[in-house]
Amino acid sequence: MKDRLFQIHSPRAWIVLAILAVVLLAVVPAVAPASLIPLLGKFLCFGIVALAMDLLWGYAGILSLGHGLFFALGGYGMGMYLMRSIAGEGVYRSNLPDFMVFLDWKELPWYWHGFDNFGFAAVMALLAPGLLALVFGWLTFRSRIKGVYLSIVTQALTYAAMLLFFQNATGFGGNNGLTDFKRILGYSLQADGTKVALYVITVCALFASYFGCRALVNSKVGRVLRAVRDQESKVMFCGYNPRDYKLFAWTFAAVLTGLAGALYVPQVGIINPSEMEPSASIEMAIWVAVGGRATLLGALLGAGVVNGMKSWLTASYPDAWLYALAALFVLVTLLLPEGLVGLLRRIGPLERARAKPPSAPRVSSGLSAGAAPVETTQGKA
Amino acid sequence: MRETQSSTPDAASAAKPQTGWENSILFVDDVSVSFDGFLAIEHLSLVLEPGELRCIIGPNGAGKTTMLDVITGKTRPTSGRVFMHGQRIELTSRSEYEIARLGVGRKFQRPTVFPGHTVAENLELALAAPKGVFRSLLRRVSPAEGEKLDQILATVGLRAERTRAAGLLSHGQKQWLEIGMLLAQDPRVLLVDEPVAGMTHQEVERTAELLLSLAGAHTVVVIEHDMDFVRSIARKVTVLHEGSVLAEGTMEQVQRDPRVTEVYLGEAA
Repeated sequence: MKDRLFQIHSPRAWIVLAILAVVLLAVVPAVAPASLIPLLGKFLCFGIVALAMDLLWGYAGILSLGHGLFFALGGYGMGMYLMRSIAGEGVYRSNLPDFMVFLDWKELPWYWHGFDNFGFAAVMALLAPGLLALVFGWLTFRSRIKGVYLSIVTQALTYAAMLLFFQNATGFGGNNGLTDFKRILGYSLQADGTKVALYVITVCALFASYFGCRALVNSKVGRVLRAVRDQESKVMFCGYNPRDYKLFAWTFAAVLTGLAGALYVPQVGIINPSEMEPSASIEMAIWVAVGGRATLLGALLGAGVVNGMKSWLTASYPDAWLYALAALFVLVTLLLPEGLVGLLRRIGPLERARAKPPSAPRVSSGLSAGAAPVETTQGKA
Repeated sequence: MRETQSSTPDAASAAKPQTGWENSILFVDDVSVSFDGFLAIEHLSLVLEPGELRCIIGPNGAGKTTMLDVITGKTRPTSGRVFMHGQRIELTSRSEYEIARLGVGRKFQRPTVFPGHTVAENLELALAAPKGVFRSLLRRVSPAEGEKLDQILATVGLRAERTRAAGLLSHGQKQWLEIGMLLAQDPRVLLVDEPVAGMTHQEVERTAELLLSLAGAHTVVVIEHDMDFVRSIARKVTVLHEGSVLAEGTMEQVQRDPRVTEVYLGEAA
């Protein structure tokens, strides 16, 4: 087991990851101003989403343009807890959240029950996206909907959900969403200590997600997923049911995205239906495209670069952001089909990583070492 | 023509085998396939004995590949049914992966491998093993399976290429890899669609040897245009024409059948 864990990376990659962990967990909280911590935490949440997107798009060939929905569902799950934890402290001093008082509701809708319990809310933040993904995925993959059609359906799904959540009657605060949070588990969200703690938890979640995804893509399931991406019919004739594998990756990615949403909300202090806007989900795909597909690390890099640019541009040149995003996407598609990771490989630092396919020699580790070259009668391509 | 000795010519006219399916491994029972009114297969029946090596020939458009599509579940027949093991298992209602798990392996006309995977990974994916998601999560190649993979790599002459991406192989090597994947899958019935297309003369000979060695333990169905190749391996030949069986018998019987000569061998031989 231990061997297997260490095999997922070369020693050099382990060193890089260890340095990264030290910087993120020890150096950043000590050096960065407290106001910057939630912003970094937000980026890290996007990083988790990018991992999920890369798992789906890069490895399984499923381009989802609706993961903003799962992100928002995770966020709403956490937001509902945060709303319930300030019951009686709102503007109207009511036990109900302010927006319900405003709508003249007399009691809590049934689906809000239980969310005053943090554990319940946390489980629901993962379960709700997971279950929705399971049902939606089962229906679509069973009907053999794939490629661009699947992307369009996912886009429609998140759009429909956004319209639903915009309605006040749905019971999630309409277009204002849930906000004015004060504390989580009794700790004030304004306190620097809470901010740092949330940030540290997010870093840990990101590392856990990364290793989870890495283990998955290095497993046989990962090899089957790549096979489904490249030659789905052949996978069937090998005896695998591609639907099950796609459904597994799809649901796993949705849960991961829900986790990111749940971590995001206490750090940014608001969740509203704009997270379900089609453009938000498309941006998630752009992170992965910019970073480089089927690398995981590229997805993280892409999420960081694009969101860094976004933070800077929307503050300095608010009108330029969408043009910059579009230009970036066009440039990457035309010039860097393998994304930033492809560029880094070409110019050097990652060249050695490319020389050997990462999972190649481990198929049967006991045999690859001493296998002497044997004569073949075939000519080389 | 190498074979000159003839046997009873009327055996070749057994166009619709209605008997003998009780002990068959594969039984195609009166199957028709219509694509928007065009009959690709018309009342086709075929009985395969366990361990036999059957060659299926016929001019382009005779319905050879469509027949494989029906057997492997890729195409649903308009009418008729397909069975394994006499009539004990019906294939017609099952999906592709279920049929593959029941022991029907298929090699495609164009070599179909996983281009981004290494040669060894291609074989690993084909290996007969539990194919469910959760059982695949922690699954690794066992030492016994590793040995089997090594053997297959040697058989198909790809040991030196084990860590190469399959997409980088030459056309002939891809054909061999796909045959190796079939061996790894270890199916009861091997359906092989034009195995020697694009192979050199030497490779063709090795393929013939390999297929002959597989018959017996497996049932092998070969679809091929290369008449020399068919002659070198054929024990029993089925001639398809316009979607149904025109003739069936040994190569000599079939070649002597005037109808076959008319539609096919007359031009080819």
